[in-house]
Amino acid sequence: MAYSDKVIDHYENPRNVGSFGKDEEGVATGMVGAPACGDVMKLQIKVGAGGVIEDARFKTYGCGSAIASSSLVTEWVKGKTLDEAASIRNTDIAQELALPPVKIHCSILAEDAIKAAIADYRTKHAGEAPADKKAAD
Amino acid sequence: MNVDFSRNHFDLLGLPLSYAVELPRLEQAYRALQGSVHPDRFAASPEAERRVAMQWAARANEAYRTLRHPVDRARYLLSLQGFDTGEESNTAMPPEFLMQQMQWREALDTARQAGEAAVLEALRGEIDAQRRSMLALLATALDGQRDYEAGCALVRKLRFLDKIEASIDDALADIEDAGQ
Repeated sequence: MAYSDKVIDHYENPRNVGSFGKDEEGVATGMVGAPACGDVMKLQIKVGAGGVIEDARFKTYGCGSAIASSSLVTEWVKGKTLDEAASIRNTDIAQELALPPVKIHCSILAEDAIKAAIADYRTKHAGEAPADKKAAD
Repeated sequence: MNVDFSRNHFDLLGLPLSYAVELPRLEQAYRALQGSVHPDRFAASPEAERRVAMQWAARANEAYRTLRHPVDRARYLLSLQGFDTGEESNTAMPPEFLMQQMQWREALDTARQAGEAAVLEALRGEIDAQRRSMLALLATALDGQRDYEAGCALVRKLRFLDKIEASIDDALADIEDAGQ
């Protein structure tokens, strides 16, 4: 099976690989896995003032499509609010990377990873005033 | 001779509908079935009868392959109970399990790059021990407690272990090839 140029580009030059420090302010983590192929994906976001995602990191063990999907998502979420990032759909990822049908589950994994990271952030910061309100005070 | 495609794999091979399967009995049942539908026996038969024999042979192969593999057998048994193991769609694994997968994958990558066969063997042993204890839990969940949700979760976990064991075997084969 041939990979698209965009998949190869993200695979050979993955963006935002790595992790944030455990105690860094505003960091949340989403971890997901795909049983069918054994892929594991960790996606972290760093949320700054105004509830905007300032930076993102990922670590993925899996095929080229899984690595490209997570690399792409870390690029896309930067500068987005949590709600905007939560609206990213796997179909957008699959379309951008021209994933074949058998690799659609890689884009689903990336969508689930960003959703899990956002959920983690919201759990950790439940009951707090929204970041944008705090910044305005 | 009729091919009844509604019969499940257990029924086809004359085995009780349970997760626990005596492998010698499965083997024997498969050989008996396979022998009765072997194409050689139908060499002189009419075309239609030969075709039916071929279909039987294919059915017998599929049943045997599925029931012989401990994870495929569980998945199949769960599907008969109306449970989908969700291996294609369910990505929400327990965090500590995923963390463990990450660590194993990291260890595998490091050892593969360094060509350390002994480290890979040790890792495989560690994973295999986990796999065996999960298979024991699976047997209890399916045959004992009839907790099919737990069974589905174990099938998903075991798929990860099967994948990483296959990757370790590939890495070991590569190291062996490089050493020759």
